[in-house]
Amino acid sequence: MNGVHDLGGMHGFGPIDPEPNEPVFHHDWERRVFGIMIATFGGGHYNVDQFRHAIERMGPVEYLTGSYYEHWLSSLETLLTERGAITQAELDARREQLSKEAR
Amino acid sequence: MSGHSHTAPPSDPELRIKALESLLVEKKLIDPDAVDAIIETYETKIGSRNGAKVVARAWVDPEYKARLLADGTKAIAELGFTGVQGEDMVVVENTDEVHNVVVCTLCSCYPWPTLGLPPVWYKAAPYRARVVSDPRGVLLEFGTRLSDDVEVRVWDSNAELRYLVLPQRPAGTQSWTEEQLANLVSRDSMIGTANVQLPAQGAAS
Repeated sequence: MNGVHDLGGMHGFGPIDPEPNEPVFHHDWERRVFGIMIATFGGGHYNVDQFRHAIERMGPVEYLTGSYYEHWLSSLETLLTERGAITQAELDARREQLSKEAR
Repeated sequence: MSGHSHTAPPSDPELRIKALESLLVEKKLIDPDAVDAIIETYETKIGSRNGAKVVARAWVDPEYKARLLADGTKAIAELGFTGVQGEDMVVVENTDEVHNVVVCTLCSCYPWPTLGLPPVWYKAAPYRARVVSDPRGVLLEFGTRLSDDVEVRVWDSNAELRYLVLPQRPAGTQSWTEEQLANLVSRDSMIGTANVQLPAQGAAS
């Protein structure tokens, strides 16, 4: 599939800027995204090609501005709702509820 | 294009993953303790120390090195490193004539059992875009200057095949033990963005 993820050879992305002594995760939510991905992948909810393809289906702006684990989060949401483990309505309602509780 | 629609603007990732996790736990589709165990494993047990042991073994044992270059997956499994994202491993050797460097232009494919989870720069656009067109320039950004007569080979990983660079053993380490050698081998030297360097003080211990 032709898409913005096919970055090889593109110009203009700037310096690489490696972080010295980088931690495995930078935020706790990244830990949860990673662990839940491995757990749901292990649970047979999707295969690795479907997971990557769901990242490639992200909108190009969302893809280029999102961090790596935001890509994973988007793919998890897409696949788990498309494949019926949870519904989009359940997810929207739960976000709304958590957001209210946080206020 | 995908058929799913987001009517509400996407909220912050912290809230989104919390919502997702709480639903999956309620439906008993995941066990939060198992998720914790997975995270702990990748944060503390699986990392580039594993790959460094493979490299050090190859440096001290020519027969192991031959097996490693002939069938990377099998030889790496001899040291106990197997599993997800390392099912098909190819080991490429740096020499005086050839320097290898690994990328995944399409995504973030990386040999987890030997190197752990990839650093942010490996998964981000600047490295993925540029290392295939200007590898020498990219290596300079990592402080690695290659002589003009060294051929650079860039390997683009994919979901089925993962690469590990076998870096060159530094001169002056003939008397070093396998363990001392393993301590020298950096993650970046096995991706190919660096060479293995002796410590500035030159002490072997």
